[in-house]
Amino acid sequence: MSATETPPPDDAGTHALARRNRRVGMIAFGVVAGMVGMSYAAVPLYQMFCQVTGFGGTTQRADAAPTRVTGQTISVRFDANVAPGLGWGFMPEQTAQTLKIGEQKLAFYKAVNNSGEPVSGQAVFNVTPDIAGQYFNKIECFCFTEQKLEPGQAIDMPVVYFVDPAILDDPQARKISEITLSYTFYKMDKPADATQRTSQTSAAVKGATRS
Amino acid sequence: MAHASAHAHDDHAHDHPTGWRRWLLSTNHKDIGTLYLIFSIIAGIVGGAMSGLMREELMQPGMQVLTAFSSASDPAAAIDQSYHLWNVLISAHGLIMVFFMVMPAVIGGFGNWFVPIMVGAPDMAFPRMNNISFWLMPPALILLVCSMFVEGPAGQLGFGGGWTVYPPLSTAGHPGPATDYGILALHIAGASSILGAINFITTILNMRAPGMTLHKMPLFVWSVLVTAFLLLLSLPVLAGAITMLLTDRNFGTTFFDPAGGGDPILYQHLFWFFGHPEVYIMILPAFGIISHIVSTFSKKPVFGYLGMAYAMVAIGFVGFVVWAHHMYTAGLDVDTKAYFTAATMIIAVPTGVKIFSWIATMWGGSITFNTPMLWAIGFIFLFTVGGVTGVVLSNAGVDVALHDTYYVVAHFHYVLSLGAVFAIFAGWYYWIGKMSGRQYNEFLGKLHFWVMFIGVNLIFFPQHFLGLNGMPRRIPDYPDAFEYWNMVSSWGYRITIIGVAIFFVNVIYTLLAGKKAGDNPWGEGANTLEWTLSSPPPFHQFETLPKIK
Repeated sequence: MSATETPPPDDAGTHALARRNRRVGMIAFGVVAGMVGMSYAAVPLYQMFCQVTGFGGTTQRADAAPTRVTGQTISVRFDANVAPGLGWGFMPEQTAQTLKIGEQKLAFYKAVNNSGEPVSGQAVFNVTPDIAGQYFNKIECFCFTEQKLEPGQAIDMPVVYFVDPAILDDPQARKISEITLSYTFYKMDKPADATQRTSQTSAAVKGATRS
Repeated sequence: MAHASAHAHDDHAHDHPTGWRRWLLSTNHKDIGTLYLIFSIIAGIVGGAMSGLMREELMQPGMQVLTAFSSASDPAAAIDQSYHLWNVLISAHGLIMVFFMVMPAVIGGFGNWFVPIMVGAPDMAFPRMNNISFWLMPPALILLVCSMFVEGPAGQLGFGGGWTVYPPLSTAGHPGPATDYGILALHIAGASSILGAINFITTILNMRAPGMTLHKMPLFVWSVLVTAFLLLLSLPVLAGAITMLLTDRNFGTTFFDPAGGGDPILYQHLFWFFGHPEVYIMILPAFGIISHIVSTFSKKPVFGYLGMAYAMVAIGFVGFVVWAHHMYTAGLDVDTKAYFTAATMIIAVPTGVKIFSWIATMWGGSITFNTPMLWAIGFIFLFTVGGVTGVVLSNAGVDVALHDTYYVVAHFHYVLSLGAVFAIFAGWYYWIGKMSGRQYNEFLGKLHFWVMFIGVNLIFFPQHFLGLNGMPRRIPDYPDAFEYWNMVSSWGYRITIIGVAIFFVNVIYTLLAGKKAGDNPWGEGANTLEWTLSSPPPFHQFETLPKIK
């Protein structure tokens, strides 16, 4: 290092400098490693942040309907999309529903496998306006699990949801009169694994209560 | 002390390798700095040639220049190929200018040359690591250039997703390996910069001469110290983000793929958490250079030294909490936008401190308008123009209209292409006598400045008008209504090329026939430690450490 290239005033001083340099260098490397770690930690943190705050229209998941039902109504529209390559037909069975805020409601989507082979799909979802995400609660949803359809098979898939009465206390959200719930189905790549997982999760869904 | 070290260096012939070994195996901060400057000039030529192609294509509506490069016989396919070539050019131009031209020049080049000298150290703290830092750069640039010649989107060559590399265009949109080449190039360049940053931090914190307290350090050293911390904190985040991109592309992860629960917006957050500090990484060392030059040619110490130093610290700090102002159209809610608007505007305060302190330094000074001073004043003027349009763009409401228009292009070229690059030229003319031992030609230097000043303003000022009228960036064709100012802009490029040619003539003149530069060609105003050494400085300086009063 530099210290060996210059005639040192005394040996002890040079070694002390080399040691101090190594220490600062190692701390700096530690900071770099920490920041790489932070960038990966951002992935679960970002997901958590969206789920907790409803950021970007992320909906909430609830175990039971709220106890309070208000007199005010709100309408919910249903939207369905299929990612390229899935080979499914996918559509809501009702365009819109009007419900009281706080009331629990059941809606259905229909999916048909138009391809010639078994296909597994996973739905992702959000609502618009974005800010309604934190008040839109699902008790049960086909989007919680992977869905597997045999060739030509058609299924009706339920969503049980409610709009949290807390929406009326939010000055920025209380004037919302219509929320759009949107799903997009994506193909899951490994059908073999997917079968296994679907059977496990559907067992879990059976155990869940609806009301 | 100059004499002491000049004698001492004779005793160390074993440390003075010659021929290719001197450069390839170099552990000498001055030689490595020289390598960085040469590398930066080469990258600048490559990136500048790309912008030349872009400006020629934009000179008139329609596609007429880039079609010459397409291999397809079918006219429709040829147009498609030239559209994609355009995307490849803007992506490569951005990446090359940021990572391979500006950063190597200001940090690797001037930083390596002058930080150890200015703090009174014999060399960098980790000289061999310094060698690795430099020699990682050429392979990175080669990889990036190679990526232009391998498949990107199906049937097309090269990566065309912009320097930001947003998914899904960079994942699903580019199945070929071109993106992977680019990602690897960024990884290597990033590793190089991180190693360099660690080296600078250690050198500045540990190897200052006796008496050189932090509050006596020259402002260029301060600027490199702050920059090194920004690099240390931001580059690993880019490395993480592009690694996720790489595994999304090749190993089936879904960090940014909604099919597996990922979110492409997360990439934008990670990228800009790096990307915003990155723009300060490019401009802070420029601030340092300008402070020295303004002080030297005004023959006064810098006005408000501590304010100048801590303004840079403040800019670096606030620079980390404003990233989402690049994402106003990505669907942020109104409260978030309000925060990022306010935080971004706050940066104008420390930046204003710097601008006004430079002006106050000149005020009442005995100013001489040598070439470096012209570039420095040009920098202050043009950077201020770019800063003002930046404040305009920081408003989330205004930005919705101006996002991705030529107004943004004009803004960031005013602060970087006219700001950082002017500072690089200022530093070049200021220090070339010190670095090479020969002084540049004053007439050619001034001619270079004026031609280039007119040229770059002709390029970029009309782009404000184009942007305000809604011309989108990153698109190679446009309606006839935009032709007039595009024509002016392209002529500006041609003038700029003449300016660059004058620069190269001056470089050749300097190295071959330049007058011998004395220890200090600038007189009493230049009082940092590099001017106490011979020109060029001895191979090893400060064998007896200087004492700072």
